Amino acid sequence: MADKVLMKGNEAIAEAAIMAGCRHFFGYPITPQTEISAYMAKRMPKIGGTFLQAESELAAINMVYGAAAAGARTMTSSSSPGIALKSEGLSFLAACDLPSVIVNIQRGGPGLGGIRPSQSDYFHATRSTGHGDFHMIVLAPNTVQEMFDLTLEAFDLADKYRMPAMILGDGMLGQVMEPVDISRGNNIKTYVKDWALTGTKGLRKRNVVNSLYLSAEELELLNFQRFDKYKEVEKIARTEDYLLEDAEVVVVAYGICARIAKNAIDTARKNGIKAGLIRPVTLWPYPKHQLKAAAEKAKAFVVVEMSMGQMIEDVELSIRCSRPVLLCNRTGGMVPTREAVLESIEKAALLKGEQNADSI
Amino acid sequence: MNYSRITIFAGHYGSGKTSIAVNYALWLKQRHQQVVIADLDIVNPYFRTKDSSSILQHSGIKLISSVYANSNLDIPAIPSEMNTVFDTKDCYAVIDVGGDDSGALALGRYNEKLSKDDTAAFLVVNKYRPLSRDVQSTLEIMSEIQSAARLKFTGIINNSNLGVATTAQDVIESIPYAEKIAELTKLPLVMTTVKRSLCKGLEPYIKNLFPIDLEEYEWQKKQE
Repeated sequence: MADKVLMKGNEAIAEAAIMAGCRHFFGYPITPQTEISAYMAKRMPKIGGTFLQAESELAAINMVYGAAAAGARTMTSSSSPGIALKSEGLSFLAACDLPSVIVNIQRGGPGLGGIRPSQSDYFHATRSTGHGDFHMIVLAPNTVQEMFDLTLEAFDLADKYRMPAMILGDGMLGQVMEPVDISRGNNIKTYVKDWALTGTKGLRKRNVVNSLYLSAEELELLNFQRFDKYKEVEKIARTEDYLLEDAEVVVVAYGICARIAKNAIDTARKNGIKAGLIRPVTLWPYPKHQLKAAAEKAKAFVVVEMSMGQMIEDVELSIRCSRPVLLCNRTGGMVPTREAVLESIEKAALLKGEQNADSI
Repeated sequence: MNYSRITIFAGHYGSGKTSIAVNYALWLKQRHQQVVIADLDIVNPYFRTKDSSSILQHSGIKLISSVYANSNLDIPAIPSEMNTVFDTKDCYAVIDVGGDDSGALALGRYNEKLSKDDTAAFLVVNKYRPLSRDVQSTLEIMSEIQSAARLKFTGIINNSNLGVATTAQDVIESIPYAEKIAELTKLPLVMTTVKRSLCKGLEPYIKNLFPIDLEEYEWQKKQE
């Protein structure tokens, strides 16, 4: 039965984590994600869990490392500059194959930037979260309901594939309030973690969680094996499509931008332009096959994002630059308008499929 | 409906104080020349009274708000003009207080300026918020707010809603919750807010119904 509550996106993430069995949350305040910590601070003591405000972001991510190594479901959250501080820890989590959930409610950057919403950590989340060869699963919600659902899924995927998973939201999704059906949180799958550091009690061989390898051969082998696993993970790439079937102009957008794009697409359709949407739900793995398939029918693409143009590179790569790709973007904390997206769709509709975007 | 010179809206985090404060100020403006709305929120970084600045300005309602509200800085500052609310006796004022006890703290400093004779202090409740879903937890939050704000509430406002998705059924199901709070606190249930599109159908069933218009944002589907 539906169980509806009115939640901020940040609260939905926190409640989903609790329902997913997370009892160890390590936070450090930063706008616009602080409600996650505030919610955990209120709820955790009542359910026998641990909320700990660490002395820094670095401390928080390393506490996650500890809890994850011991086999616990654990989470930390921050916003852009704070996630940058966690980078080293994220690399260590990936290196040790530790399931963990990291939330980034993005704000405008670079530097301290500002507290308004942004999507300018796309590269950081999907390309260079830390040093070394590794990936994280990156999920991009676009409603408060999805903030809840994808957080449940992040815990599941992290355990299933033994790797860190990130929820990549933005300040607007973190702050906006929408109804959420939380009943899905009642059906949680758990995993046996026979690799975790739970104490041998003298009965089994000891487990080791470590990222230091004295032998280059051994480290190389491990990296190859981990990337074999990533090949498997690539199968979870998924999108939400909207009016894509006959679309000549394909808009690609994630998060809050996708919702604005839907409104613009509705108007474009009324004006006789066959526009459609691909909304990547997973940003890593990126749904490159879905994009490539769409390019066969589409004449042109429009990428809407709140950055100087980051995901656009994945779109161009996925479609092998076979179609022009226009960028409709705002940055620094600004959110695109329906009108601006519509204008870009109209511009794209005038293009011939073969034309290169650079010549426009 | 009776009303006071100063009306304070406080309540748990995300209970809907800002929406009510803005709608109430517009309602007051139809009855008084000089209406002021003061944003005393030191908690929320987004979705502030300032979002409604154009309709407030258009209606001739003065907005008192921190220069940092809706800016790129998260500074929990109190607007410098705040004292004019208490000192200008011929204006009618609405005060929008930040959520929970942490938000209500900002009101505490004006305790000496507030007079019982011309002030109404309303507790805004929403049964669909995750941390105030039952009467008991709402009452706990109420007592935390009262001590932080050094204030005694004079009435309850039932703002139980699920945003733009609220149905008539949701409103009706919230009434026993609101009435129970009123009964236990011995305070009047001053109003039940209802988004405007539901008002017509609900009028026969809801006492003291107060219509609310919600802000519309870029990513929301246009309301047909």
